[in-house]
Amino acid sequence: MTIEVIGISVLWLFLFGYVIVASIDFGAGFFNASTIVTGKHHIVNTVIQRYLSPVWEITNVFLVFFFVGMIGFFPQTAYYFGTVLLIPISISIILLALRGSYYAFGTYGTKGHVGYTLMYGVTGVLIPASLSTALIVSQGGFIRETATGRIELDYTALFTSPFAWSIVVLSLVSVLFISASFLAYYSSVAQDKKALKLFKKYTWIWSFPTIVTALGIIIEMKWHNPAHFEGLLSLWWLFALSFICFLLSLWLLKTRNYGWSFLFVVLQFALAFYAYGVSRYPYLLYPHLTIYDSFTNETMAYALITVFILGLMLLIPSLYLVFKLFIMNKPYIQSGK
Amino acid sequence: MDSVEFSRYLTMLTLSVHVIFATLGVGVPIMITIAHWLGLKKQDEHYLLLAKRWARGYVITVAVGVVTGTAIALQLALLWPRFMEFAGQLVALPLFMETFAFFFEAIFLGIYLYTWDRFKNPKHHFYLLAPVVLGSAMSALFITSVNAFMNTPQGFTLVDGQLTNIQPLVAMFNPAMPTKVAHVLTSAYMTTAFVLASIAAYHLLKGNRHEYHRKALALTMKIALIFSIATALVGDLSGKFLAEYQPEKLAAAEWHFETEGEAPLVLYGVLTETNEVKYAIRIPYALSMLVHSNPFGVVTGLNDIPQEYHPPYVIHYFFDIMVTIGIGLTVLALFYWLALWRGWTVIKSRLFRILLVASGPLAMIAIEAGWWFTEVGRQPWIMRGFMSTAEGATDSPYVWMMFIAFAILYIILMIGTAVVLTRMFKKNPVERELEKLADEQRSVAK
Repeated sequence: MTIEVIGISVLWLFLFGYVIVASIDFGAGFFNASTIVTGKHHIVNTVIQRYLSPVWEITNVFLVFFFVGMIGFFPQTAYYFGTVLLIPISISIILLALRGSYYAFGTYGTKGHVGYTLMYGVTGVLIPASLSTALIVSQGGFIRETATGRIELDYTALFTSPFAWSIVVLSLVSVLFISASFLAYYSSVAQDKKALKLFKKYTWIWSFPTIVTALGIIIEMKWHNPAHFEGLLSLWWLFALSFICFLLSLWLLKTRNYGWSFLFVVLQFALAFYAYGVSRYPYLLYPHLTIYDSFTNETMAYALITVFILGLMLLIPSLYLVFKLFIMNKPYIQSGK
Repeated sequence: MDSVEFSRYLTMLTLSVHVIFATLGVGVPIMITIAHWLGLKKQDEHYLLLAKRWARGYVITVAVGVVTGTAIALQLALLWPRFMEFAGQLVALPLFMETFAFFFEAIFLGIYLYTWDRFKNPKHHFYLLAPVVLGSAMSALFITSVNAFMNTPQGFTLVDGQLTNIQPLVAMFNPAMPTKVAHVLTSAYMTTAFVLASIAAYHLLKGNRHEYHRKALALTMKIALIFSIATALVGDLSGKFLAEYQPEKLAAAEWHFETEGEAPLVLYGVLTETNEVKYAIRIPYALSMLVHSNPFGVVTGLNDIPQEYHPPYVIHYFFDIMVTIGIGLTVLALFYWLALWRGWTVIKSRLFRILLVASGPLAMIAIEAGWWFTEVGRQPWIMRGFMSTAEGATDSPYVWMMFIAFAILYIILMIGTAVVLTRMFKKNPVERELEKLADEQRSVAK
């Protein structure tokens, strides 16, 4: 394995970490807000607050980690993505800023403020959509070179592309699916039967759109980027495994093994996420950038990997502590009632 | 205005907002630690409550600090893509380490806040603060080292536009780093102490005679004095550093045009179009003294530096503001302690308390002025000697729209923070919390 591959694997791992923790977070915000509208807020509120309060900050760090690492390992991405994504990523930042601060205002400041809660829910759904622009653009086909040799985002192509919209839809429905599955598990630990019933229902509702859009995107890829489509096909067995995990997670949900069910949801996404990542090898930004021509100097790469390993030795025990205190800790979760 | 200008203003806007919360982010954990430790040691519930209430307010400022920090981190690549492409190969290490430090802090802060009653031994809960303090100081250290690198780049060789011989640690431990980090840390601790002192002073000014506020004021002013002196000492070292490595910044800050010995220190004043200084206070020999510890030492003047490398002369005002407030606050803290020691009642006067209330906001203004001084002072460079600001900026034509959008966002965030923080503490005054604590203890005793 070359050092470039190690670099991108590390980053992909962090992106995946962000996708999972952020999905739980965004979805929780959405359910928290939507149940205000549907009048079921009292059922889900406690479970969601108990989970979110101690961990909301950590979610953001995963994202920062990913792109700081990206610029570290692949400095040229700063130029390409930075130039092209000014508007979409700025919108994401603004939404993230509103969301983060409104969460803090609502939770620690004026408790139960409906405006803050709604804001938190709405931004949570918009952020995955705006962030997925980065993924869509990296797929190629949306960057235009101007007469003066600059590069810019082709907004018309982006907004009229069914492929782009499918990815936005996939990001939305999978956020809700992952989140519902986790919250079902969390409420089962809390022995909160009402919340459990509701989240179980949400998991079922959002499971099928997720799988249907994902399949749709693979098919659309055939027209959008034939080379990548071939890459996806050659890894068909990984996608097949992912689908099996999906079925298993639903079966486990039905048989009330919520923890295992959530685990298989994560596995399902991990497999699909890695298969997708491998299939685009070696491109970071098709066809402008590969992981080889944008890689940082070797000294920095080794320094980064060393720091990364040392950092993990600090982080993993700390995350374990969080997990033990707040996520796996029955007295903590249950005392919320 | 073109994209370069807008990129500069947007970066300035984001950083000016972020630095308020970043300064508190670095400073408050250590204040919480001291209060919590005193509380445990003296078995004094006032100090424990102090730690608890500071921590509660701190969460709000951390939240805004996190989101504005995320904004500046992403904006670096969005607004300065060429610079990040270049510098990413050189300073990725401290940037990466900063996220680790921040991660570490975020994890333990979350645990600390939600485990006030969950450990049998209260000391275990207290120990959770160590990683928070350490993480916040470390992230300040790493991110400041990146900024220091932009001022004094080293650790690489540039051959025909190609980077070779890269040494990440040499880049990180650049000449500007020690003084900058020390100045950032001491001034953050100092500012936070004054901010917390002005809250306590505000309650006393309002006529609240509760012992809690007296203890808070005495404690924070003591800490403020220590760190004011430390900040001044490090500030002096920073001046000496500038004279050696960035003479143009120091010369512009002092409006020092002729290279000469026996250089005077210029305070305040205005600059005419022909670069004459008017209405200024001149302290003879002081600049030479400051730079060389020798009243006859020769100080490089702007006339010996090519015109195109001159920083904007406006930084003189920022420098004056920073130094004036810094010295003023040090005197204020010193006077407060002398008075407390000698039993002078003047510190209980209304006027003195108004001064104390003003100290926190003033310290924050000094922080802003200091950063504007250092950042505007290295114009026209984004990386001194290697890349000009214009070369590093994006060429996207939409930066002005983003400037407006972010300006609106920051206004919302600032107002929101102010409103939420005031409400939080007004609705739940100290007296009520202490009563509640007493009630709880009584019911446990039964």
